[in-house]
Amino acid sequence: MKHLLSIEQLSREEIEAILDRAESFAEVGRRDIKKVPTLRGRTVVSLFYESSTRTSSSFDLAAKRLSADLVSVKAAGSSVEKGESLKDTIATLSAYDPAAIVIRHPHAGAAQMVAGWTPAAVVNAGDGKHEHPSQALLDVYTLRRRLGSLEGIRIWIVGDVLHSRVARSNLIAFARMGAEVTLCGPPTLIPRGIEELGCDVSYSLDGVEEAEVVYALRMQKERMSESFVPSLREYAANFQIDSRRLNPRQLLMHPGPVNRGVELSGEAIDSPQSLIGEQVAAGLVVRMAILYELLAGGEGGATADQGEGNRPTPIGTPA
Amino acid sequence: MSLTDALDVRAGENAHLVLRRATVLDPVANISAIHDVVIHDGKIAELASPGEADADGAEVVEAEGLHAFPAFFDPHVHLRTPGHEHKEDVETGTRAAAAGGYCGILAMANTQPPVSTAADISALREQARAGASVPVGFLATVTKGMQGEELTEMVELREAGAVGFSDDGLPIVDAGVMRRALQYQHLCGGNIALHEEDPRLSRDGAMNEGPVSAALGVAGIPSVSESTMVARDAGLAGYERARIHVQHLSAAESVEAVRTAKAAGVQISAEASPHHLCLTDEVVRSLDPHRFKMNPPLREERDRQALIEGLRDGTVECIATDHAPHQPEEKDVPFEQAAMGVTGLETAFAALHTELVLPGTIDLALLVERMGGGAEPFDLERPTLAPGSEANVVLCDLGAEWTVGEDGYESRSANSWCAGRTLTGRVLVTVAAGQVAFRLRSFSLGVAA
Repeated sequence: MKHLLSIEQLSREEIEAILDRAESFAEVGRRDIKKVPTLRGRTVVSLFYESSTRTSSSFDLAAKRLSADLVSVKAAGSSVEKGESLKDTIATLSAYDPAAIVIRHPHAGAAQMVAGWTPAAVVNAGDGKHEHPSQALLDVYTLRRRLGSLEGIRIWIVGDVLHSRVARSNLIAFARMGAEVTLCGPPTLIPRGIEELGCDVSYSLDGVEEAEVVYALRMQKERMSESFVPSLREYAANFQIDSRRLNPRQLLMHPGPVNRGVELSGEAIDSPQSLIGEQVAAGLVVRMAILYELLAGGEGGATADQGEGNRPTPIGTPA
Repeated sequence: MSLTDALDVRAGENAHLVLRRATVLDPVANISAIHDVVIHDGKIAELASPGEADADGAEVVEAEGLHAFPAFFDPHVHLRTPGHEHKEDVETGTRAAAAGGYCGILAMANTQPPVSTAADISALREQARAGASVPVGFLATVTKGMQGEELTEMVELREAGAVGFSDDGLPIVDAGVMRRALQYQHLCGGNIALHEEDPRLSRDGAMNEGPVSAALGVAGIPSVSESTMVARDAGLAGYERARIHVQHLSAAESVEAVRTAKAAGVQISAEASPHHLCLTDEVVRSLDPHRFKMNPPLREERDRQALIEGLRDGTVECIATDHAPHQPEEKDVPFEQAAMGVTGLETAFAALHTELVLPGTIDLALLVERMGGGAEPFDLERPTLAPGSEANVVLCDLGAEWTVGEDGYESRSANSWCAGRTLTGRVLVTVAAGQVAFRLRSFSLGVAA
């Protein structure tokens, strides 16, 4: 695997390999010294054209835990504001010979184009409303830890599917891991033809009680002004996941940031069924695993001075 | 009107050519036989029996196994001048047309500034007389500055030589303005060519709305954004007994709307582009903005089939390239941000021959007929090989394979939807308005007798 551009590109085996790697990093995370020397001397650029808390901080921390040199560039305050094109920005950053470029961009296909412009490995940290593969991987990781396997698990993804890259990547990832996915939301927010990706579509929460997992999406407030929904009140009345709609056997997930009281009620977020905190924690180890797989794993990535083969070695441990 | 009466071209030497033993196909004049095509002083002098024409000082082209058709006519080209000459101009655009086998093109008015005054038309016509390889006509905008609000001085524009009117690139959203333009047409004449799209349905869409856009997370342009406007304007044209030409049909529902209007007696004509006839939105999965980002967008297989059926039954009377050159910096950006449009003049015939004729989807004769069908909707005589006509001839090698872009382009821009494709069928010589407008460099012409 040279780049991580989409979930679409990954086979089930490749997904499992990344998750297995993430498990080993989780073990490292429980040690006193949480850093491994794997990427020592190599450079990771993180380039964010959109605001982000979880994704950017966890990729940054993942690179640091792997001992890479990290350059974080935010579009705000950079030459992007002076009108530099994406292509030229990538050429500039590539001059530092980074091993990887992690990119978040507001438009579909941006990461794929970047991969054509740089010799570095490219990680898609979200491209428009297209894909968000690292989010899907951390969600599958979280569920796999809880449930052992996703085979035959029924998952409902609820909310603004139309504007959600998380919905698209997760739908593909969940289905590839054997889950049965239903997309649920008002008809104005379900893209026409999405069922051809291999999922069911429901315009109401009737039947959600059958699901083992309910995955709520963020509902952005500006959607009202564009007539996608008449009001957040009406949206919440029909689609909010609250303790009344969530039964005690079900697991609740959300990619964050949450609009409390809109797509999720406060007590649902804070309930023991909520995996939201685990998702955030999983983000770090899964993103370490992604960087590792691209830069040190697989064929010929690891070298002798980076530890023994594919097993991460903590700093200070005799090799 | 003949092409040279209504359009402008650089003056040059009249051709003296004999195309020896060419396979002549002219579906309009109903000619399909092997002839020596004798072009004398810029006119088709004779279709002689094979091998029997007297060269009489003319250049002789050994054309055995090659096809001679009436040269093509494209009613929808963006020459980008004035204002965007870094993309194309009259000289490069008409060279591209000549290389594609065209003997006439119509240039759209969505330039910078838009072509909205008689002075704009006069200046462009002068440029064409100075540097156009093939006859070119200019449309003027329907509304001032393409604002969709006030009509241009359509009478004066016609007197200055505007072949017709179009706000192409943008729809005329206000039905009241559209109606006034149609009423006014009874005074000024000239067909009105329409880019049919309801921006309130297209919104920020960048591709066809359907399963592919759903999978990509790219905002979709629904087919009804086009078809509801076609139906609206067909209704208005029928009511006002006016005449419209619908540009670049893309959706099955639009083809049906045109068919219904024609059956009801509305004066409506329609065009389809080679890329809509050959491709579907499946190729957009690549998110390649250079080749596959255009408006209207590539649609689904059912739409493509409807367009082909429209070509067959005459609902769509002509093929128009919507040749839309752009420079790399406008295309080397993520798909949703990229400029709309692809070039098409140099590849239209070869692409359609490869994708539709060779697999047996349509006949060669139908393709040749529709490649010339764009003249009549604008009151121009369609090119023909009938003896006595002005020589507008394209000589093709239908067996020649070539890879698009390998030898560069005549166009100033490289955003061809065919870039990298291997096509079968190549234009060797184009005679336009009686002059040799193009000859393929690698094709050696016979020695003058």
